[in-house]
Amino acid sequence: MPLSLRLRAAILSVVLLFAFLATWELSINDGSEVAGMSPEYAALMGATAKGASAMPGPLKVGKEIWGHISNPFYDAGPNDKGIGIQLGYSIARVFVGFFLAMLTAVPLGFLIGMSPLFYRALDPFIQLMKPVSPLAWMPLALYTIQDSTISSIFVIFICSVWPMLINTAFGVAGVRSEWLNVAKTLEVGQLRTALRVILPAAAPTIMTGMRISISIAWLVIVAAEMLVGGTGIGYFLWNEWNNLSITNIIAAIFFIGIIGMILDLGLSQMSKLVTYQE
Amino acid sequence: MTMDTLISIEDLKRTFPSPDGGEDVAVFEDLWFKVDKGEFVCLIGHSGCGKTTLLNILAGLDAPTSGGVIVDHEEVIGTSLDRAVVFQGHALMPWMSVMANIAFAVKSRYPDWSKENIEKHCQKYIDLVHLGGAENKKPAQLSGGMKQRVGIARAMAIEPKIMLLDEPFSALDALTRGSLQDELLSICYGTSQTVFMITHDIDEAMLLADKIVLMTNGPRAKVCEIVENTMPRNRTRNDMHRHPHYYPIRNHLIEFLVNRSAQFEAELSSKDYDPRHPPVTRPGLTKPSAAVEAALTDTGADTGTPETAVQASA
Repeated sequence: MPLSLRLRAAILSVVLLFAFLATWELSINDGSEVAGMSPEYAALMGATAKGASAMPGPLKVGKEIWGHISNPFYDAGPNDKGIGIQLGYSIARVFVGFFLAMLTAVPLGFLIGMSPLFYRALDPFIQLMKPVSPLAWMPLALYTIQDSTISSIFVIFICSVWPMLINTAFGVAGVRSEWLNVAKTLEVGQLRTALRVILPAAAPTIMTGMRISISIAWLVIVAAEMLVGGTGIGYFLWNEWNNLSITNIIAAIFFIGIIGMILDLGLSQMSKLVTYQE
Repeated sequence: MTMDTLISIEDLKRTFPSPDGGEDVAVFEDLWFKVDKGEFVCLIGHSGCGKTTLLNILAGLDAPTSGGVIVDHEEVIGTSLDRAVVFQGHALMPWMSVMANIAFAVKSRYPDWSKENIEKHCQKYIDLVHLGGAENKKPAQLSGGMKQRVGIARAMAIEPKIMLLDEPFSALDALTRGSLQDELLSICYGTSQTVFMITHDIDEAMLLADKIVLMTNGPRAKVCEIVENTMPRNRTRNDMHRHPHYYPIRNHLIEFLVNRSAQFEAELSSKDYDPRHPPVTRPGLTKPSAAVEAALTDTGADTGTPETAVQASA
């Protein structure tokens, strides 16, 4: 009997993973290349004192990751905190910035979606602001807000606001006119129409915007924290680069990926709740 | 105006901008007719004569260019819970269950009612359209006929003075359409509900309507005449065709749809037509006019070409 597609895909995934890990393990420099170098040059090239490359093998990275997972929340001073604490800072910033953006974008998107006047009036601003890299706002934010944490939250806010705003406006403008006519013939008030008809009708589109926003926010927070420093996974990553700990950098990349996946999965579960079938 | 008139359509006209930028085009004008309390009125006309526009004006979703609609001695301005609409595409909210869809309407009508009261009221109408057991289903889980039943239940649940139906069964298959027509008939007669329905199906109109308003082709459509259905109200889909009035009425309507609706301008000049009082005819009682008879025998009921019909009626 042929195996189900799902099972076959899972088997292939595992095979690919092991193939990747094996290639990685086999291709790393075990130190033989630097045997003939002067120790100073070898150190300059990133080789360790023992002569081996700083690029770790998968086993070493796996051990490091396990070390982080088994003690995620220790705090041994500003430059030595557990990965859990660093990730926690980043997630908190993303959530605060994201929710502020939601509070702004959803009502504003409603207004734009319902009013052709506002749509046309605000469109040039949105088109101008949307393509600006969120990090371009960072110096301006640091200058005006003068607080690195709030500045990075502001950058998250700016990058998450556009997809939510545009999707909300799009969803609201696209609500089927027959549903609005039903509400009209039933003399339903504007607020009740907005909450009971337009919001549920546009909810799937709004949720798509939120999913895009949270993904972008998670991408941007790493870069933002690299710039402003202090705490967070981005700062951790940059700090480990300064320490030349490639093992920790790879571990951080792994954790960033895992958290990003969880955030997206969470929002896709939430969007299932509001999806309807016509 | 008699005491029993519920809706009076007076000198109604609706224009739309011309597509080629010329003068505005009147889709219909000089429209006058009345619907009495408890009456079931069908309006028949070809596509493009403004049937849906007229219904939207009656519902308050659209406004006439001139003239007006009087419902229960008040001019129609905007929508009202006194006029419930059953939309062509059922227009149920897909994220709400059957019960929630109807409750949404009932809550709009009776905002002060308790939750139990609303549910009880909804249940009554769900049972009335034979949807018991489907209360918690979403519209996507229902067949087309069941969806339209929910649409009818939603309209009836707000206990309107008049129900406006816009070709409610046109998207259904013939069997489902038939059983829904029977149900609608028994519900409306049981409750003396006043109904105004748009259709292009002659048999549907003959089964359901007490009065059939014939509208000529647009643009500048008018009411050609009003046909009284002289078959008794207890007619059914299965035995209606045995009634002696059935074929005279049916032939009259087909003759209208096939020939007269397009040639009304020519017909107008040859007779005394007052748009304020469109002629009322009872084809079931009178022998068809010689012209109609000739047209029918000459061309066959369904295949008449306009050319022969002009000759026949001239």
